[in-house]
Amino acid sequence: MADVQVPVKSESSVFSFGKAEKKLITDPLSDNNPITVQVLGVCSALAVTTLVSKALVMGIAVIFVTAFSNLFTSMLREYIPKSVRMIVQLVIIAFLVTVVELILKAVNYPIWKELSVFIGLIITNCILMGRLEAFAMGNKPWRSFLDGIGNGLGYGIILVMVAVFRELFGKGSLMDFKIIGPTSEYVLNTMEISWLSWYAPNNLAILSPAAMFIIAIIIWVQRSRNPKLVDIS
Amino acid sequence: MSDIINIFIKSAFIENLALSYFLGMCSFLAVSKSVKTALGLGIAVVFVQGITMPINWLIDHYLLGEAGIFGMDLTFLRFIIFISTIAALVQLVEMVVEKVSPSLYNSLGIFLPLITVNCAILGGSLFMISKEYNFAQSVSFGLGGGIGWALAIVAIAGIREKLTYSHVPPALRGLGMAFFLTGLMGMAFMGLMGIDPAAFK
Repeated sequence: MADVQVPVKSESSVFSFGKAEKKLITDPLSDNNPITVQVLGVCSALAVTTLVSKALVMGIAVIFVTAFSNLFTSMLREYIPKSVRMIVQLVIIAFLVTVVELILKAVNYPIWKELSVFIGLIITNCILMGRLEAFAMGNKPWRSFLDGIGNGLGYGIILVMVAVFRELFGKGSLMDFKIIGPTSEYVLNTMEISWLSWYAPNNLAILSPAAMFIIAIIIWVQRSRNPKLVDIS
Repeated sequence: MSDIINIFIKSAFIENLALSYFLGMCSFLAVSKSVKTALGLGIAVVFVQGITMPINWLIDHYLLGEAGIFGMDLTFLRFIIFISTIAALVQLVEMVVEKVSPSLYNSLGIFLPLITVNCAILGGSLFMISKEYNFAQSVSFGLGGGIGWALAIVAIAGIREKLTYSHVPPALRGLGMAFFLTGLMGMAFMGLMGIDPAAFK
């Protein structure tokens, strides 16, 4: 797990936002991406990427939880005894996830129903524990908060990227808006051929292995462009 | 009885936690470099999954549910309680195994504590709740899910060991190839969907 250690500046303001802080947010988007480089949080991610809307909701939920769990852990870091820190971190995360789940259930019930257990699985998402251990336990609250947002964003971006491919090729739509493929039964019945209707939706893209292949291709592209990231083993 | 066997087969092969839900992927990808360590983690998962699932079922029904001892609906506490139970049980299992069988303890080694944050364990418990299983069914779901996960990780580790001798493009080496392999294995397991669950009745 790559540790981000940015030198602390001697600045008086707590909420400064300089170059070092900006790096905390932009770094996880590409060179230190939680999914493709740190390999954290693949677990609960892949099953929710069949639709872009599901991936977006999941991404937002994870950004919220990473940001605030980092913030709270960092605030409490001097008071948590080393021996029970895992349990304390898990309780903080579980509390935040419960909050997210209850909000989502109240605001958008259909999406909550579709995501089902995967909202709960944010708790065991390795990004959270990983960032708490590697960053929040040793950094000030504001910087930890930014690191949480950055990592949540990096995770969400990969999720949405995978979901775009899967929904476009599997259902021919994006955000439930039809893009390619036969638009409706009307088209099928009247045998009307338009420029949209030649595409037959590929069911493989909806099935779970497709997510694996797409992430593998993303990793391939990313590592070809940046050979520093290549595994030696 | 038939539905118990049915659930066991289904959770081990058809709805494999690792290959069709992609749960526990972090440790799945990290530990599948050699068959020996993969087997160790697999056994540990079967162990913990088989124990936590029934206990979480009991807690959910007799503590949190409306019919429980508090007489009110406390299910919103599910996440916190489940994850604490899992963490506590993993610790307990570790202590018991160390006492009873030091050789098993040495071979499981660092994998036991890792299991607390293995999504397959918490995911299994949450699936058990959302599928509304009864107690016997939850036991069989726990064992089946654990065995299915162990099977998947050992199979992947075997392939990855062989892969060390082949020419893979440098950018795909390691992680990228592991993702491709997991996807292919997932497709292979999909072939098992043809098994008719009614045949076991």
